[in-house]
Amino acid sequence: MVQQYIGASITRKEDERFLTGRATFADDVKLPGMLHAAFVRSPHAHARIVAIDTTAALAIPGVVAIFTYEDIADLAKPIPVRLYPLPSLEPFLQYPLAQDKVRYVGDPVAIVIADSRYVGEDALDVIDVTYEPLPAVVDIEDSLRDETIIHEAPGTNLAAHYVVSTGDIDQAFRDAEYTRKERFKTNRHTGNPLETRGMVVAYDSGELTVWGATKVPHFNREVLSSLLDFPEEKMHFVEGDVGGGFGIRGEFYPEDFLVPFAAMRLGRPVKWMEDRLEHLIAANHSRDVLCDIEIAMKKDGAILGIRAQVYGDMGGYIRTHGSLVPASTAGLLMGPYNVPAYECGVHCVITNKTGVGTFRAPGRYESCFIRERLLDMAAADLGIDPAELRFKNLIQPSQMPYNAGRTRADGDTIFDSGNYPQGLTRALDQIGYAETNPKRWVDEAGRYHGIGIATYVKNTGRGPYEGARIVISGTGDVAVYLGITTMGQGHETTMAQICADSLGVSMDAVTIYHGNTDYIPFGGGTYGSRGTVMGGNAVHLACQNMKERILSLASTYLDTEPANLVLQTGEIFRKGTEQGPALLSLGEIACLAEVPGSNEEGSGTLETTAYFEADQLTFSYGSHAAHVAVDPETGKIEIIHYVVVEDIGRAINPLMVHGQAVGGAAQGIGATLLEELVYDDSGQLLAGSFMDYLLPTSTDVPPIESIVLEEAPSPLNPLGVKGAGEGGIVATGATLANAVSNALAPLGVQITQLPISPNFIAKLLSS
Amino acid sequence: MTTERKIRLTVNGKAYESLVPVRMTLVDFLRGELDLTGTHVGCEHGVCGACTILVDGSAMRSCLMLAVQADGANLMTVEGLAEGPELHPLQRAFQRNHALQCGFCTPGLLMTAYEFLRDTSSPTEEQVREGISGNICRCTGYAPIVQAILDVSQEAG
Repeated sequence: MVQQYIGASITRKEDERFLTGRATFADDVKLPGMLHAAFVRSPHAHARIVAIDTTAALAIPGVVAIFTYEDIADLAKPIPVRLYPLPSLEPFLQYPLAQDKVRYVGDPVAIVIADSRYVGEDALDVIDVTYEPLPAVVDIEDSLRDETIIHEAPGTNLAAHYVVSTGDIDQAFRDAEYTRKERFKTNRHTGNPLETRGMVVAYDSGELTVWGATKVPHFNREVLSSLLDFPEEKMHFVEGDVGGGFGIRGEFYPEDFLVPFAAMRLGRPVKWMEDRLEHLIAANHSRDVLCDIEIAMKKDGAILGIRAQVYGDMGGYIRTHGSLVPASTAGLLMGPYNVPAYECGVHCVITNKTGVGTFRAPGRYESCFIRERLLDMAAADLGIDPAELRFKNLIQPSQMPYNAGRTRADGDTIFDSGNYPQGLTRALDQIGYAETNPKRWVDEAGRYHGIGIATYVKNTGRGPYEGARIVISGTGDVAVYLGITTMGQGHETTMAQICADSLGVSMDAVTIYHGNTDYIPFGGGTYGSRGTVMGGNAVHLACQNMKERILSLASTYLDTEPANLVLQTGEIFRKGTEQGPALLSLGEIACLAEVPGSNEEGSGTLETTAYFEADQLTFSYGSHAAHVAVDPETGKIEIIHYVVVEDIGRAINPLMVHGQAVGGAAQGIGATLLEELVYDDSGQLLAGSFMDYLLPTSTDVPPIESIVLEEAPSPLNPLGVKGAGEGGIVATGATLANAVSNALAPLGVQITQLPISPNFIAKLLSS
Repeated sequence: MTTERKIRLTVNGKAYESLVPVRMTLVDFLRGELDLTGTHVGCEHGVCGACTILVDGSAMRSCLMLAVQADGANLMTVEGLAEGPELHPLQRAFQRNHALQCGFCTPGLLMTAYEFLRDTSSPTEEQVREGISGNICRCTGYAPIVQAILDVSQEAG
């Protein structure tokens, strides 16, 4: 096959509409007679609802309707878990509206429908909800004491607890020559896509259309169908353009039921656009994990075993991600190392805070921080260089595929391929590790410098399937309909690259369509770095099938065998004479296939649908390295050099892979140094706006070097790809914490919790 | 409840006259009344910069202004950047450098960069970073945006 597109840094096909302001984001959808939604949200972290008086609000001209729990009671069902379900989580699920209790600041109590958002917000001001406040639980340890019960029916705040283990952990600790036990905590923060959530819903002639869907439209359609008791085939989810995902966006939230419910009840289109202040209290938070961990080692640094307890602060309800955040923290806590024995308890703990879901590399950012910090502490205790300690324990290429054992509730963790030592070597070379001696120093200005490293492995490409449908028209144009969605990943370009190469056509002939449940009957969506692995291979598979069909049609017409023909640049050639002349064009073949009104097999449009199935995960891996300087006077951390090394098996479009790595690292750097959703003791969010919740700006993010490796293609799919979305962020917390701890070691500082904000550094230095 | 005022203003060279509620923000007016949806709303409290437009030549947050405050003003939004089908050099440089992923912050950044380059010839990288530090991008990590702006300044010589 002549490869032209895969592996090339092609600029994006989709850019122009974004650059000219012609993209269609959710809020850009405008329908005749459209109404606007606004939500009454609880101002209390934990309270009983005594009464709701909407009289004054309904009297405002332009207020059309107000719905409370009573109005949805006939339909009310809890929002189901999409990923990482556990039976014990069921009583903790969230209903679309609070019934008799609110469990976090932001819990939806009523939905207002008005002529405009302005009038809707006027109504919010005069809706009188009487609450009886209850004590708030905002801390994992307080919650576990069960003194204040947040959900009465189950009678406990511990929503789930299970243990994963592999090897003989007791033996490992009996054989240990060195052990160390530590407690680590990761900061509650969240993805904050720049476009907040939102949707426009229209109900017309028995059909329901939802604009603004993304991430998992097919799944969400199924959920909405069940919650509204309305047939799935009469629902149409349309994605449009999406202003960033990062895990938080596109999950099924209470509003995803309430806005369609209102549109159906009123028979008019309804728009809801979340505002940023709502977003920070209503959309998923993430990363809030506490971990007690102990490591057993030989004196030479060989790891014998790790045992840990992971506590996830899940917020007031279990949301669509189920136990994912703490479960995934436990799932990869052992990382890319030979860990003969491992045992971890996983705890899902309910508190009076916003519900938790995923943020890019969920659980893995956390576990990487926990493990890599502990390894640096052990290295210091044992007098071994941190890099050397890692090399000693990294899984070797000869061990691949490597079964790390039962680290997850749902099965073994099996690393598919990789040269993990190479990933670390490249990061060390790039940061100049060998030449930098010592690895920490103080400069003339009194700033403390340090180098920090961390290695990681990240599961990508979750199955079980993904689909692609290809239609070739008489003009020779190739339309590809995807089951995956896109939130900025550039699939209109990468999927076209894959299609063009796999089919043998020019990329200009290919148009990618995505994010519409009418395009393809099944679609798994885009999350967890699965787009290219699952969607890309579905496109590849569909192209293979299509090519077979094309060559078969052409061979019949040309009275030869398919094996004598090739499809290249959209034309059929006789094998061996690819320089020309072409025997048939793709458009001509499409016309050959089109026999209107024929039931004969193989007639009709030139169209095929293929589903790529996967029952195993692909694992990207690599290392990060950083050189930081810390000013002990101000606590300010300057990142002087930051390196991301990531092996993704095969880069479809290196320009965009680097974009993912650098963008992910920037998010992680911000999250590690600046971001924290701080709650006070009464459960009020103190960082509820961008004035208090600091996102990284252009002066906060240092230049980031991204090295993309293609050392270890995945043996699990024909393209050999692994997901590229999360390697940039996963080790940022670990790497920066290690660099800062190394720099400040002479002052006795060891970072065990995030974020490493200037005030936190100042606090550590003063204590 | 809401009072209305008549305003006259020019947007991307086109004159408009409109009766608007006095409490309507400028960004809601542009998007909702004039259907210029290229200007985005990211935070509504003046931090993220997605709603940045030029008001009489100066980059402003259109979420922090009321439409009535723009009475008599000459506005430019992202829709006014390209000349017909011909992209502005900044737009071309953004594409070339992969300076956008989700594209939501892009219009605001383009308008900030437009003003910045008009006022700063031959900027350093540090100046560019300072110049766009009021616009949040969640996808790119800023480096490609900085590079795109530097590219354009170098093209302009």
